[in-house]
Amino acid sequence: MRHGKLSPVLLRKYGFIASFLAVPLILYVVFVIWQYIQAFQISFTNSRGISPNFDYVGFDNFTRLFDDEVFWAAVRHHVVLLLAMPLITVAIALFFSFMLNLGGGQKNGKMTGVPGSAFYKIVFFFPQVLAVAIVGVLFQAILRPDKSGVINSALHAVGVDPVGWLISPSLALWTIIGVMVWQAVGFYVVLFSAGMSSIPRDVFEAAALDGAGRFVLFFRITLPLLWDTLQVGWVYLGIAAFDGFALVQVLSVDRGGPDNATTVLPLEIWRTAFTYSKYGVASAMGVALFFMTLTFAVLTLRVTRRERIEF
Amino acid sequence: MPVASAEASTSRKQGRGRSVNVFGGLSHVALLIWAILVIFPIVWTFLASFKTNTELFGDTPLALPHQFHWDAWGRAWAKAHIGLYLVNTIKVVAISTFLTMLFGSMAAYVLARYTFFGNKAIYLLFVSGLSFPVFLALAPLWLTMKNLGLLGTHTGVVLVYVAYSLPFTVFFLTAFFRTLPTSVGEAAMMDGCSHTRTFFQIMMPMAKPGLVSITIFNVIGQWNQYLLPIVLLPGDAQDKWLITQGIANISTNAGYEADWAGLFAALSMAIIPVLIVYIIFQRQIQSGLTTGALK
Repeated sequence: MRHGKLSPVLLRKYGFIASFLAVPLILYVVFVIWQYIQAFQISFTNSRGISPNFDYVGFDNFTRLFDDEVFWAAVRHHVVLLLAMPLITVAIALFFSFMLNLGGGQKNGKMTGVPGSAFYKIVFFFPQVLAVAIVGVLFQAILRPDKSGVINSALHAVGVDPVGWLISPSLALWTIIGVMVWQAVGFYVVLFSAGMSSIPRDVFEAAALDGAGRFVLFFRITLPLLWDTLQVGWVYLGIAAFDGFALVQVLSVDRGGPDNATTVLPLEIWRTAFTYSKYGVASAMGVALFFMTLTFAVLTLRVTRRERIEF
Repeated sequence: MPVASAEASTSRKQGRGRSVNVFGGLSHVALLIWAILVIFPIVWTFLASFKTNTELFGDTPLALPHQFHWDAWGRAWAKAHIGLYLVNTIKVVAISTFLTMLFGSMAAYVLARYTFFGNKAIYLLFVSGLSFPVFLALAPLWLTMKNLGLLGTHTGVVLVYVAYSLPFTVFFLTAFFRTLPTSVGEAAMMDGCSHTRTFFQIMMPMAKPGLVSITIFNVIGQWNQYLLPIVLLPGDAQDKWLITQGIANISTNAGYEADWAGLFAALSMAIIPVLIVYIIFQRQIQSGLTTGALK
């Protein structure tokens, strides 16, 4: 530090640092950090919000969760979401981004996408900028269980009986997953496209010269070189699989129905807190959700870690 | 490139030409089908806003409307208050994105460029916010806002939006400020420029690409919020509602006498401005949302 010894200069520097950090730090600590600390604290109480008096009840809220069927139903749905949603989304997005960036083969010594790639990239991404709540309302009409539903009307035209997309307990969760995939694919097409465009093109040229077809280009070259981006995508989709609040709250019948067949933890937290005013139990669910998300993120990063390919 | 090997590779390609073409054709079909899957629900919603309830619930929901009346749009704007909710949302998102970027870049700049006691700890405190799900804070946040008298106010929503947008904004912008050259700022300081002026007049313009990306990221994220509005702006503050909760509410309250065309007009009003902004800025929006993810 050039002026390190001069105290007015130092004073000015620390004054500047303090003045720039004060507001953001206070806002963040009051509305974020303090709330998370309180959440852990409230999860050990029987707080009902209305009266300021509450007692510490130890692990009661957590043991109550163990016997709560709805809680376990929600956890099971997160497991299904976590296994199915990222897999389907990544598979579709990888296929499309490969076609849109490399599927056209070589032209003038450059790898190109199939014709119309720019158009597809614009269209596919569009659902991503729509609010999830809006998407939920949009799909209510499309998935209506009788002939007035858009999909069922189309099915009727080819002689298939109406399908209870959202009212059949065994189908409803998969319908919700379908809508999630519908919204997410475009984002990952663009994300993977960015990853693919950073792979040097002479790698593909060399492979093409050796006679590699599209399948070899995809599985032996693109996929390994795209690993870092894939990992990022997987973590993002996994975290999304622990959410699902807006879509389930808006789209499913009876908010998480039929008969809790689609409910998710965030929805149960919201309902427990704001419908039943059981803040202690709601916070305990929040703590459980936090540890599940954390476990997933740590596990993913550990399991998928491998040698980075430098290029 | 030697001519011989080029010829060899061409002839090998022709040998496989048939299967490649079939594959290419199928993948074209797949791309086209996905494009239709994305566009169709949106176009259908737009057309449905012109239909009567009989047309909507008849046997042919796929048919075009008989007449193009804009009545439903008027009803949605005035009776369902979609106009009010849109204005509320624009107001809240404009103010909170501005404040997020201002406070976020101030904190990030200091954390990236100055060494002082506690720098690392404050940085980690901000970044740790990324790993907590917002649902965990829901109950205490509601109680805090109630005690502060901020429940059902736009001030409360703005403060919460800013606070919850800070972890990502600070995380991204700190990394960004670190990549900028130090020489320009140092030269300005040598010329007697104050710390504050150096930040606003030298560093902020230099950081523009990063600021644009994160601004887009925050605008879209805050515009699409649903959970925080329904918790912070409850039913007795209906004139303060934001667009997402307004539309979700029309749809939950829609019973047998519901104004379905009105609902679809409301949906179209929420979708079309976003669609136009997206088409104009699609390149920036795509890079803004995905560079955020890749950092």
